[in-house]
Amino acid sequence: MPTVTDLTHLTAAQMADGLAAGEFTSVELTQAHLDRIAALNPVLNAFLQVDTDGALATAADVDSRRAAGEDLPRLAGVPIAVKDIACTQGIPTTAGSKTLEGWIPPYDATIVTRLKDAGMPILGKTNMDEFAMGSSTEHSAFGPTRNPWDLDRIPGGSGGGSSAAVAAFLAPLAIGSDTGGSIRQPGAVTGTVGAKPTYGGVSRYGVIALASSLDQIGPCARTITDAALLHEVIGGHDPMDSTSIDAPVPHLVAAVESGKSRDLTGTRIGIVRELTGEGYQAGVQARFDESVELLRQAGAEIVEVSCPHFQYAMAAYYLILPSEASSNLARYDAMRYGLRVGPDGVDAPSAEQVMAASRDAGFGDEVKRRIILGTYALSSGYYDAYYGQAQKVRTLIARDFEAAFEQADVLISPTAPTTAFKIGDKMEDPMAMYLNDIATIPANLAGIPGLSLPSGVADEDGLPVGIQILAPATQDQRMYAVGAALEALLAKQWGGSGSVLDRAPDVAATASNGSVTGAVSEEAK
Amino acid sequence: MSELSRDDVAHVAMLARIQLTDEELDRLAGQLDQIVGWVGQINEVAADDVPPMSHPLPLTNVTRADEVRPSLTAEQALANAPASELDRFSVPRILDEE
Repeated sequence: MPTVTDLTHLTAAQMADGLAAGEFTSVELTQAHLDRIAALNPVLNAFLQVDTDGALATAADVDSRRAAGEDLPRLAGVPIAVKDIACTQGIPTTAGSKTLEGWIPPYDATIVTRLKDAGMPILGKTNMDEFAMGSSTEHSAFGPTRNPWDLDRIPGGSGGGSSAAVAAFLAPLAIGSDTGGSIRQPGAVTGTVGAKPTYGGVSRYGVIALASSLDQIGPCARTITDAALLHEVIGGHDPMDSTSIDAPVPHLVAAVESGKSRDLTGTRIGIVRELTGEGYQAGVQARFDESVELLRQAGAEIVEVSCPHFQYAMAAYYLILPSEASSNLARYDAMRYGLRVGPDGVDAPSAEQVMAASRDAGFGDEVKRRIILGTYALSSGYYDAYYGQAQKVRTLIARDFEAAFEQADVLISPTAPTTAFKIGDKMEDPMAMYLNDIATIPANLAGIPGLSLPSGVADEDGLPVGIQILAPATQDQRMYAVGAALEALLAKQWGGSGSVLDRAPDVAATASNGSVTGAVSEEAK
Repeated sequence: MSELSRDDVAHVAMLARIQLTDEELDRLAGQLDQIVGWVGQINEVAADDVPPMSHPLPLTNVTRADEVRPSLTAEQALANAPASELDRFSVPRILDEE
């Protein structure tokens, strides 16, 4: 019988195999994760809600169906965490906002229904930047999540809770959402794998909207195989989402299997000139160069491509996102749900006054900043100069990608310009925070898929570094195949289990040493 | 290029139905002015002949058959309401008293 630690440290694929072979039950597996969450979440603050009863009930159900000889989906019995942006019937869902504190959705998001249909116990809901606005999970109304590699550092954002949970073995898999890099960048700074599918590849029905033309749901995992397994569960057409692609999910797991042992001769890999070099931390650049060399040695043809309009991607993104967000977040009007407070000293206030007071009390600084910026960009007299112009830039970015994909099958870059920064370091400087997403944002503007996998640790600080692989729209299998090839090359070079997480400090030991500065609860608003 | 004043921010906040405190206004006005100046760089890209791209996918309306389907009960729909009475949402006054 494996120990608790052994169970939580398996990959999701190994868990699925172990369950199928009867080596352990889903109840044992789920309980092992719940125990680890109970021990470490007070320090990490990765989960906002833990659904112990629900997770164990699903696990017991899967165990009895398996015992009865039922043919079950591959991941049946493997537990999962869900970013608090997806609606879960009966389980509070907040999107990291005080506005939605205590809100209990009366329905499930389509992805949650698919997890349930696949027999996956849902451990709980993970912490995130409020309404997914941020790159550090410091903008959660419920306190920051801590990076398991260094508790004084950020786990990335906005999906820092999901990535930290996966990195610290609180969950083998998690759901994330990526509007400008919120799956890939947290993956990079926590040493895990994160994939943003092609826009429309995974249903967004029941997912709290940030910027509808950019938002994409995707998997957080520790291996490329695990990410592909989860992607296949949640992907595919959904008639409830008008932006859902009406085509079957690509064969991603098969692509990973073929990629693992693939000779890369004939594969053209493009380095985006604008996404490397200046502005990138030395250790990040060094790990990137090393991965490129491994790919070259494995037979890939490395070409340099230029995407000249990427220099305007950040600015266009920070107009388009707030504009769409200001519209999407208009629904938080304190009338039908959400926080309602009256303005001070007003008898019988009007609906308008209650709305304004409630939105001031319910939204954090970053959300207010972006709503006001978006409202400004959409306002009369400024629309053409800002929002309209940003949409033209979006066309130029998409054309840059088209030209680049004529020269290369996939594109690669570092996922984030630096390793995880310290909690609090960029809170007062929104511009500095925004620049962290420089490499991930172009993919959201164009709707193409992107994936981040660990490429090692930076020499100067020992913190994990991610490498990003981008593919043309609907060619998700291509990025998984190249990702699997690179993962295998890196694993061979690193030895051991081949996982960068082998080099992470033992978070359980660090937590019990009390070396973390300031308890999470003290920082929670 | 940007000149977003404190008054402009207060006006836009009012349009967005966010009542800011004086202290929030002071802080946000400075930050927003900097951000608006920075995003203004997109006007450097000469793009009169470039069509705007609003969405990565061509969008079509999705319709469904006009048939009765199960829906939320009144109790479920009102469960998260800040206030309700007689199976209805209870809201602050919408019209002026005059």
